[in-house]
Amino acid sequence: MMADGRLAGRVALYGVAWATLGFILLPLIFVTWLAFFAQEIPSFPPEGYSLKWFGAITANRNFMTGFATSLQVAVAATVIGLLLAVPASLILARRQFLGSAALNQLLLLPLVVPGVVMGTSIYVFQIETEIATGLPLLGSLGGLVAGHTLLVIPWTVRLVTASLANLDRAAEEAAQSLGADQWTTFFRVTLPAIRPGVVAGALFGFVTSFGNLEMSLFLVGPGRITLPIAILQYLEWKIDPTVAAVSVIQILVIAVAMVITDRYVKLARVV
Amino acid sequence: MASLTLDGLTKSYGDNTVVQSVSLDVKDGEFLVLLGPSGCGKTTTLRMIAGFVPPSGGSIRIGERDITQLPPWKRNAGLVFQSYALFPHMTVAENVAFGLEMRKVAKAEIGPRVAEALRLVRLEGYGERYPRQLSGGQQQRVALARALVIRPDVLLLDEPLSNLDAKLRLEVRLEIRALQQQLGLTTVMVTHDQEEALTMADRLVVMSEGRVRQVGSQADLYERPADLFVADFVGRSTMIAGTVTGPGAFRSEGGLVLRCAGEAPQGPATVALRPERLTLGAEAAGLDNHAAGTVSFVSYLGAMLDVHVRLNDTDHVVAQIPNRADGRIPAVGDAITIGWPASACLVFPREAA
Repeated sequence: MMADGRLAGRVALYGVAWATLGFILLPLIFVTWLAFFAQEIPSFPPEGYSLKWFGAITANRNFMTGFATSLQVAVAATVIGLLLAVPASLILARRQFLGSAALNQLLLLPLVVPGVVMGTSIYVFQIETEIATGLPLLGSLGGLVAGHTLLVIPWTVRLVTASLANLDRAAEEAAQSLGADQWTTFFRVTLPAIRPGVVAGALFGFVTSFGNLEMSLFLVGPGRITLPIAILQYLEWKIDPTVAAVSVIQILVIAVAMVITDRYVKLARVV
Repeated sequence: MASLTLDGLTKSYGDNTVVQSVSLDVKDGEFLVLLGPSGCGKTTTLRMIAGFVPPSGGSIRIGERDITQLPPWKRNAGLVFQSYALFPHMTVAENVAFGLEMRKVAKAEIGPRVAEALRLVRLEGYGERYPRQLSGGQQQRVALARALVIRPDVLLLDEPLSNLDAKLRLEVRLEIRALQQQLGLTTVMVTHDQEEALTMADRLVVMSEGRVRQVGSQADLYERPADLFVADFVGRSTMIAGTVTGPGAFRSEGGLVLRCAGEAPQGPATVALRPERLTLGAEAAGLDNHAAGTVSFVSYLGAMLDVHVRLNDTDHVVAQIPNRADGRIPAVGDAITIGWPASACLVFPREAA
């Protein structure tokens, strides 16, 4: 009886676990499957299989420039985000000052505020700034990167702060007593120790920026397009599997980034 | 190696003075231990010497060189931490080589010097391992090698043995001491463990509330404590409160009249008695001070026995006697005579509270 009850419990647990995993993976599987359908209007069962939709991507200017812009923006935002987040985390993790707790929360805020709200407010801010100063901010690539940097910062700050908490400050003091000045100590002792947090933060920041739609909608200027916006625009007119093919490529880019990252940092240990 | 001089070293945070005008001379090759309860300022003093805490006043000199204003990386002080503080992403050899690299020692010279340092701490062949692959004792020895390889002017040890288990602690204690003597290292160690302090030090400094209470040898502190705090903190004592009534005469609050050596001024005072100076039984009757009492508690410590004796309603003393196989162990409730010579009374005047 006892053994039966335990077995039933275990079967139920595995059942729920697999069902959840399936639920998460289902869209990925279907999108990938769909990308290879031969017919223009997706219907089941497929009438045949084809690679032509992947070819259609290259023929579509919006997808190509959108991909290039998204990659460019995500890389720039990640780099800038890291340059801001690492020093900010160092200070937040180690100094208590008036408002330090509030500042910590403030840096995590972009995770909480809906993308549309952020997009609107940055858009209004750019308009007002442009009117006041005459700087051509609105719709500029710089403005887009600045907005995306906000998306990157919460991830990098959070993960770098977490890895700083595990760092023994005595190790830095040991380095200084051995003759290393502050810079050398940072690059030889602190940075290697927080590297997992830096890499993981960069990855999540990159993925968030690369896939962002709501904020980008407000910030791209005329003639500029990101990959998620290109997908949205395409879907307004057509529902052929080209979009599925684009998504497969997007998934592959992110998957490759994660696999490469995981070679250097065990992601499971930081997140 | 060189001597180390602290002159009026002070540290305050706002109104809170944590180190108050500490002046010390550590001779070339001397092992000095700063001893005191937590919060006494010993660690802050050490961190000022290392350069991590800027002093509010006073100066620090290594030999003739004033290092008060120098950053830690220009002080040439070897530092060993309680937490070992090894660099986790570097091998043992890379850890030890770090200080030499910082000093721009030639590559060809680094290898042999690292090997020599690892040999000193008996870790030959461990160079390629990572800190996490070593035991706590081995990690501490790597930390020691890393501090020694740079040939520091002074070696600073911050509670270096606290994270080791009791047995290993005894071993590493003797090892560090032997190495320190062999290399003639000027060393300052901070600890709250008095046994550690007593076994390792050439000279000890007892601190409390940011001040130096006494500087001296083990015997100075134990047999001639400067004040009640030192008598209480170093070793164990029974305290008897009372009044000095005349030259060499003391009357306890419980009415006990004692003869004491030395010349304490008349007035309120406390007598401290070291437990091993007390004698129990028939021999006690011949001593300067003796009284009848009742055994109230006995601790069996193996080689020794702690016998607590109640003398009257207020006064109560603890005697430590050897546990002789043939001797009878006093039992709770036994009537017993206890005595001690006048020289065993350490008399400390009490300031009016």
